[in-house]
Amino acid sequence: MIQLESVTKTYPKASRPSLDNVSVGIEKGEFVFFIGPSGSGKSTIIKLLLHEVAPSTGKVVVNAKDVTSLRSWKIPHFRRSIGCVFQDFRLLPNRTAYENVAFALEVIGKTKAVARRVVPEVLELVGLGGKEHRYPHELSGGEQQRVAVARAFVNRPLILLADEPTGNLDPDTSVEIMRLLDRINRTGTTVVMVTHDSNIVNQMRRRVIEIESGRIVRDQARGVYG
Amino acid sequence: MRVKYVFNEVLVGLWRNVTMTVAMIITMSVSLTMLGASALLYMQVNQMKDYYYGEIQVSIFLREDVTDAQRTAINQAIDSNPLVLNKTYETREQAYQKFLVLWRDSPDFIKSVGPDSLPESFRVKLKDPEKYKQFADQMQGMAGIQDIVDQRELLNKVFDIFNSIQVMALVVAGVMALAALLLVGNTIQVAAYSKRREVAVMKLVGASNWFIQSPFVLEAVVAGLVGSVLGFVALFVGKVVLLDGRLQALTNVLTPIPNGNVWLMLPLLAGVGAVVSAVTAWVTLRFYLRV
Repeated sequence: MIQLESVTKTYPKASRPSLDNVSVGIEKGEFVFFIGPSGSGKSTIIKLLLHEVAPSTGKVVVNAKDVTSLRSWKIPHFRRSIGCVFQDFRLLPNRTAYENVAFALEVIGKTKAVARRVVPEVLELVGLGGKEHRYPHELSGGEQQRVAVARAFVNRPLILLADEPTGNLDPDTSVEIMRLLDRINRTGTTVVMVTHDSNIVNQMRRRVIEIESGRIVRDQARGVYG
Repeated sequence: MRVKYVFNEVLVGLWRNVTMTVAMIITMSVSLTMLGASALLYMQVNQMKDYYYGEIQVSIFLREDVTDAQRTAINQAIDSNPLVLNKTYETREQAYQKFLVLWRDSPDFIKSVGPDSLPESFRVKLKDPEKYKQFADQMQGMAGIQDIVDQRELLNKVFDIFNSIQVMALVVAGVMALAALLLVGNTIQVAAYSKRREVAVMKLVGASNWFIQSPFVLEAVVAGLVGSVLGFVALFVGKVVLLDGRLQALTNVLTPIPNGNVWLMLPLLAGVGAVVSAVTAWVTLRFYLRV
């Protein structure tokens, strides 16, 4: 499902590479944590998978597609098979929960009728039934993140990327979000999560890949934060 | 739904930054007015050239002491010259009669010129007025010729003035166009910034590039089109008020500008305005909305 082959990424003007000759494979349906201190290169992996940045050397394969050689006009279509959640939610403040999720459908050409059918369903799934018409500022942090997860999942992507999704949430809310991601994972969606929340990693007991200074130092099937 | 969405985005975008939109439209319309004026002038000068060059003659003035033999020789030389379309001969008397008609408003001047002071001449029309130089060179050496005058040279001085007016209009159009382009670029930047959250989400969920960019590009195109319509109106009003009104005396010399030519400016200005703003907006977006 996801293949990094000897990937090195050096940002312009950086003295050392963010990722240094990293090779890793992730199977369909896996739930994987990338952990490591700030600046270790975890977030660069997310950016590589979304093709927001291109690797300096090496190959990135997602959904059996070589992302590295993807023509730039094909990138938007490629991204439709990937859902993404961030620490800062990235919701549109002047749109309701429903409209935020529907927006993601409409801008890729789905009709309003499709949105009316699918959006309430996915909001129900993330546990926001009855709060469709609230604006982000009327929702708690956890609820906002649920909206973001709903938006990422509404297209039924094959992969869900989560970049520190619990970074702005208290421990209890974090656990709820993790349950939600776990539920999504059980539908067959591959989940890749970048985090440095040790409690969560220890509770979930899923595959853990630890990165330090751009290198993989540990890859453990049912790991803990360590 | 997408058409409605894009259309709505365009209106909201233009209204959000309305002072900038107005500035953009004004500079655009001034620039396009100048462009239109210069294009009209260009067509006008060509039309006048066609008209006047058809009427142009080369005058060969004969010396006062020209002999009959010399006159016959010149006559034959003109007739046998392949460049000549036709010719007429004008006696001193005929020249004087023309002179009287031409200057009938200045009796003092007429009094000072006697019937004998004007030279006799051949008035020659060439097949191709541009070949004047060749013709003049061939005739120059002949005895009995005082002077060869090409009316085209006189006309060319007039056309030179028109040409420089046209160039000036083009320069103003260019400078204003530059200002308009910078304003379009700036407006697009502001629009892209104010919609940066939407744009970020659209990129994230995989909206196609044209879908992200088209509202911005159309925003510029709409402003360009409004500017071109205003520019056209300014041209039309200018034509009616200035040329048909105050400066009507001038139009008799200039040959009138047909309304059809002015109407022709509408698609020209609209096309230039729309394409130029679209390209500017698109290029700006290439820098500000990287994938």
